[in-house]
Amino acid sequence: MTTTPKAVKADARWSIAAKEIVSGGAFRAFLSVLLGFVVGALFMVGSNEEFLKALSYFTARPTDALTAGWGAIADGYAALFRGSIYNYNADNLVAALRPITETLRFAAPLIAAGLGVALAFRVGLFNIGASGQILFGALAATAVSTRVELPWGIHLVVAAVTAIIASAAYGALVGFLKARTGAHEVIVTIMLNYIAAGLLTFAFRQESLLRETGGGGTPKSDAPAETAQLPLLLGDSYMLHAGIVLALVAVVIYWWLMERSTIGYRFRMVGHNADAARTAGINVELTFVAAMAVSGAFVGLAAINQALGARAGLTPDIDGSIGFDAITVALLGSSTAPGVLLAGLLFGAFKAGAPSMQVIGLSPEVTGVVQGFIVLFIAAPPLIRAIFRLPAPQKTTVVADWWARLTRKKAAK
Amino acid sequence: MKLELRGITKRFGTLVANDNINLVVKPGEIHSLLGENGAGKSTLMNVLYGLYAADGGEILLDDVVQNFKGPGDAMAAGIGMVHQHFMLIPVFTVAENVVLGNEPTSALGVLNLDEARKRVREISDRFGFDIDPDALVEDLPVGSQQRVEIIKALARNAKVLVLDEPTAVLTPQETDELMGIMRDLAKAGTSIVFITHKLREVQAVADRITVIRLGAVVGEAKPTDSAGSLATLMVGREVDLNVHKSKVSLGSSGLRVSGLTVVGDRHTKVVDDVSFDVRGGEILAIAGVQGNGQTELAEALVGLRTPSAGSIHLGELDITHSSVREVIDAGVGYIPEDRKKDGLVGDFTVAENFMLNKSYAPPFAKGISIDFANRDRLSDELISDFDVRTPGRETLAKQLSGGNQQKVVVARELSRDLSLLIASQPTRGVDVGSIEFIHEQIVATRDAGKPVVIISTELDEVTALADRIAVMYRGRIIGIVDGKESREKLGKMMAGVAV
Repeated sequence: MTTTPKAVKADARWSIAAKEIVSGGAFRAFLSVLLGFVVGALFMVGSNEEFLKALSYFTARPTDALTAGWGAIADGYAALFRGSIYNYNADNLVAALRPITETLRFAAPLIAAGLGVALAFRVGLFNIGASGQILFGALAATAVSTRVELPWGIHLVVAAVTAIIASAAYGALVGFLKARTGAHEVIVTIMLNYIAAGLLTFAFRQESLLRETGGGGTPKSDAPAETAQLPLLLGDSYMLHAGIVLALVAVVIYWWLMERSTIGYRFRMVGHNADAARTAGINVELTFVAAMAVSGAFVGLAAINQALGARAGLTPDIDGSIGFDAITVALLGSSTAPGVLLAGLLFGAFKAGAPSMQVIGLSPEVTGVVQGFIVLFIAAPPLIRAIFRLPAPQKTTVVADWWARLTRKKAAK
Repeated sequence: MKLELRGITKRFGTLVANDNINLVVKPGEIHSLLGENGAGKSTLMNVLYGLYAADGGEILLDDVVQNFKGPGDAMAAGIGMVHQHFMLIPVFTVAENVVLGNEPTSALGVLNLDEARKRVREISDRFGFDIDPDALVEDLPVGSQQRVEIIKALARNAKVLVLDEPTAVLTPQETDELMGIMRDLAKAGTSIVFITHKLREVQAVADRITVIRLGAVVGEAKPTDSAGSLATLMVGREVDLNVHKSKVSLGSSGLRVSGLTVVGDRHTKVVDDVSFDVRGGEILAIAGVQGNGQTELAEALVGLRTPSAGSIHLGELDITHSSVREVIDAGVGYIPEDRKKDGLVGDFTVAENFMLNKSYAPPFAKGISIDFANRDRLSDELISDFDVRTPGRETLAKQLSGGNQQKVVVARELSRDLSLLIASQPTRGVDVGSIEFIHEQIVATRDAGKPVVIISTELDEVTALADRIAVMYRGRIIGIVDGKESREKLGKMMAGVAV
């Protein structure tokens, strides 16, 4: 076989491209997830009694320990699969498909809030306040959904818009304080989280405000009026509601805003280099306020999801850990629209699958550990490169060119 | 000490930064390493200093092959290095900085600075450095900080001293003083490697010159060679070092500044009652030593700083209190002095940088969406019109060389319909080829009848471009003279002597 020089050149191009891909962010995120699962596997093995017993006579019969260890991992992740994607042990198809709908239901607020945090990241702001923004938005939504009477449809829209406005305003307040006084957004958002939590509990406990009609002393609101509930998507057999649709629409809007619009362009400019933005005539302070407002608006979708997706009264822990999980979602998704979508789905699957791991005797917190390790690996790129012996980041542009061509086709449409 | 580099080769991936480089520096010699930015000079010196491992070749000191595993080995062998960006701790004293990494301690591990102070004084006195060992480094002017770096190297008995672009941060006077120090050091037996891209300095101080282009030695030269032939060797083609300006009839008043006063970050008047006019078709250069208010003046002109008194008129338009965006919309083009900080977004692509201050309106925007088709077409046009050397418009700006980054800024500003151009240090850190091109563009703007203000601390640039020269000293304009004024007189004015 003879090789023409052209072919040689093409080969070099491929190898450069391969290097770029394995040194790029998406591939690293994938490896981080993989590594997170490996760490999770170690936990499962380490907490398996059979394995520990077999370990005591490891030198005599090592296969026992290995079999037990492998079994523990397989059982654990099989349970996670059954709980989050497809339950092959179920009696009927409806039950078998329920896990995937649960994953989507849990993923929806994570995606929405993740987009909010991601947007702030790209403007150079660390929005730790998703939790507070969700609570404040949920408070506003609950006020409308339980204390206002409106026709079906309109009631939902009004409640949803109220939540978005409330969350956006709560976010904008952070930007305003930063722009006006120079207060750091991390401190401000953390403090506003406490304030929102306190306000919500107060409103849910106080007789005259949003407290459950005829309820006891625990802080709890009425259930949202049926006219204001997010409609179920797949009928009464599943709990999946329209929240996921909102989240998916939000992903598209986020992508367009950040990659295609001049507003997102200016957001990113301020995030990368505020000095150059100022010199280019951009009002950096105003951009902080606007970006935090838009960030809060995305988080507001998570508030809608929590407040109007519920069928029962709300309690003060309505935000769950979404506000903080959103930070990990944004990090794992490297603040891009498709990244946040995938990261949100993954963490949604963890939430949906945890209970079925508990059923087989595994601590459901294993998923929390996996989640933590994934983000830890993401945050330490050199660690991942060392473990997998990846090359240092490539500075050539082969992939960038392809990417540009791909996105350009979309743009030409 | 004699230094010899034999066949040094260093690759970064597919890029060959140093290609079989041979270099001999004799004891007590000032050997100039001349080359453009990105030619591979700094890489070579980092190999010498043990920061990079060479892929081939060897380093010899007094004919003994060395094997440096890191800067520690290089220092121990007698090599000292003064980096372009100083490696000093600002809040430490001179003496503390000098002993850093090699601290003398008493038996109980307590720092003993007396020895260090003595050493600093010794070296300082010997070469007339005038450095107080107990002064905080952050309180020292840049020129003195550089001397601290030199003392640091000498205190460790450096026999070979490498100076990496040492004059980039210095005023003309400080540059002259540094050259005197280099001569004294050489006389005392220290070998000096002087890395630079400035021809005038090479001619003034070097004993021998080695020219590097694209990672390879392209020739040796003598300091007596003409600047033109040195430039040709360095750039690889004929370079015209003279700026050609045609006669242009002056238009009406373009920019009128009167009584402008700006209060700076430290609540002192940094621009003090400054008045001048620039008419269409004229280049007014604002000369002066760095830090005499030029930066703040430029920032006030473009709206980045609010004047406390005075007025700025652009034609009939009062822009004294206009916002940056209003100033931009009024047609003022601005090339900031620090392109990486203020002129570009390094993590943006070339195309994205072209629309930095034009994202609000067509042709770059269509409503609130970016007009990609127009942006790409215009970007490609600008890349070719302004000769930006880049793999493509999607390349990140930070990956371009300094000269090409500056061309991106120049292209962006000049491609607008301008009513005034303000260029601050337009060719700082830019290679010779690009300097030529950028100067041509600035002159073309003037020839098109626009008023131009350039602010420069490089006297060569000022005299090459200016029709009139305003010299700033301590925030005031000390005088406005003709563009053909002698260097001597300008030098005096820059030192504050009114003429």
